[in-house]
Amino acid sequence: MERLLGNPRAVLVLLGPALLVYSLVMLVPIVWSLVYTVYEGNAVSGFEFVGIDNFVRFFNDPTALEAVGFTLRYALILTVLQVVVGYALALLYVFFLKKASSLVRTLVFFPVILPTVAVALLFRRFFEAAPTEGPINSIMEFIGLNTFDWFGQPDASFWVILMMDLWRSMGFYAVLLYAGVVEIPEDIIESARIDGAAGWRLVRHIILPLSLPVLLSATIFSINGTLKVFDSVVALTNGGPGTSTTPLTVYMFQTSFSFGQYGYGSTVALMLTVMCLLVTIFIFRASRRDLTRNEK
Amino acid sequence: MTTLAVTPFHRRVRTFVRRLPVFIGVAILLAIVAYPLIWLLLGSFKQQDEFLSEPFWSLPRSWSLDNYVEAFVGGGLGKYILNSVIAVFPSMFLILLLGTAAGFALEVMVWKGRGAVLLVFLAGVMIPLQMILLPLFTIYFKLHLTGTLWPLIITYTATGLPLTVFMMATFFRAVPREIFEAATLDGANIYRIFWSVGMPLVRNALFTVALVQFFFIWNDLLIALTFTNSQDLRTIQAGLLNFTGQYGAVDYGPMFAGIAVNVVGTLVLYLFLNQKVMKGLTAGSVKG
Repeated sequence: MERLLGNPRAVLVLLGPALLVYSLVMLVPIVWSLVYTVYEGNAVSGFEFVGIDNFVRFFNDPTALEAVGFTLRYALILTVLQVVVGYALALLYVFFLKKASSLVRTLVFFPVILPTVAVALLFRRFFEAAPTEGPINSIMEFIGLNTFDWFGQPDASFWVILMMDLWRSMGFYAVLLYAGVVEIPEDIIESARIDGAAGWRLVRHIILPLSLPVLLSATIFSINGTLKVFDSVVALTNGGPGTSTTPLTVYMFQTSFSFGQYGYGSTVALMLTVMCLLVTIFIFRASRRDLTRNEK
Repeated sequence: MTTLAVTPFHRRVRTFVRRLPVFIGVAILLAIVAYPLIWLLLGSFKQQDEFLSEPFWSLPRSWSLDNYVEAFVGGGLGKYILNSVIAVFPSMFLILLLGTAAGFALEVMVWKGRGAVLLVFLAGVMIPLQMILLPLFTIYFKLHLTGTLWPLIITYTATGLPLTVFMMATFFRAVPREIFEAATLDGANIYRIFWSVGMPLVRNALFTVALVQFFFIWNDLLIALTFTNSQDLRTIQAGLLNFTGQYGAVDYGPMFAGIAVNVVGTLVLYLFLNQKVMKGLTAGSVKG
């Protein structure tokens, strides 16, 4: 029996195809991409060895550094918004709507599965100023404000992207965190209630500490997703006005495919990967320190 | 007033008043979620001059399907949808077949190094896709696959595998080992155990993973933009993105109709399978 479930030929037949495809299309290109970082050129024109020039260029390239700044700012703010709003919704589901929350949960989750391109094109019209006024500008005008060109100004564009992505994803984080909050044993909450904890105090001292693990995994998942933002930006602002809302992903795409600089594009991609790793490790370590402090 | 006997009616009213802020909050929440979509559906029936001169809350003058016809005929939406279907379903089939087999080999079968291989797959979940685009572009170019939908099918299959292998391994872990051991004692060979015992046992999980992968691939823009360089190859997402350019950014009706078609497709799926979708997508996130 053990011999049958450990049959090497069967392992090869069942695992082989998946491992082969995965290696050829993901692992090999990852290594290949690392090699590209010391070259410049593209598939059509050929390559030339340039050493560490691409990295020197990256750290002296104002557009690249602006992209790093945008990516970090966007990822940090959106992660906080997603986790905080998602957690607030989760608490609403568990403690206010209780058994009746299923319908609300399902409805608020719906935008999650919509194609980002469709949502972004819709939000573009929603915030439009010209040639027609979108609903947002019409409402602003109605309550006596001036209409505003949301996509003509870096800060406003930044916040429209954030609002849209929050709209798209809050239902997801709500359900994710709901699963964590609903698992907190009823008797712990009940005994805290008997001890006189209620409302904010109950949340702060009992529920929040008990949902830290799920909050941590939600945060890590969120930051890894938001650092890789691409669709929303491309379809909503296409990086503009100017390059003010260009994240690293979009900058990588432009340098690679608009300008045909594979070496520099790969360098930008590598920087993005390093950033994802560093941020994840940082959150892990910070949270561990936090957890041990709570234990003392 | 409190000295009056508290009837059940009073109590009900009081509970209602106390909970009123929550109800209002939930109503606002649902309005924020639903309104943009209602606006989209209404807009897909409006004529150009209604967009330009009527206020945004106005209802369309007629419910004619002209915009939809225009989106399909003039906008080439039908071609885009066909391309998406051709790219998405073969990839999904391959992902499920290869991923389940690999999950089975990694979880049910016993051999040295399976933990390490699972970790190698897991690493693929974290790496940004940007790392693989350029080498793949070169490979597809050299293999003369550029200009076909093969680059999409191959790339989707490979990028969908890590999460699928990981999820299937998790599902196989939940199956009692005795079932497989009993099957071996009955004399079934390993492929039969995989196909006739393993597969049916994870049928539900297979369906969940299929849904998750469908949404990932159908909604993908990055890979579609990278490997479809001509109009004729665009998927629905890449095509919709260029809808604007084609109409000079001002032909609202067909554009709204195009977005609506894209949205309604996923809406219908969600209408019937929402609990499975929610469970699947959130389960897929624990990967991080």
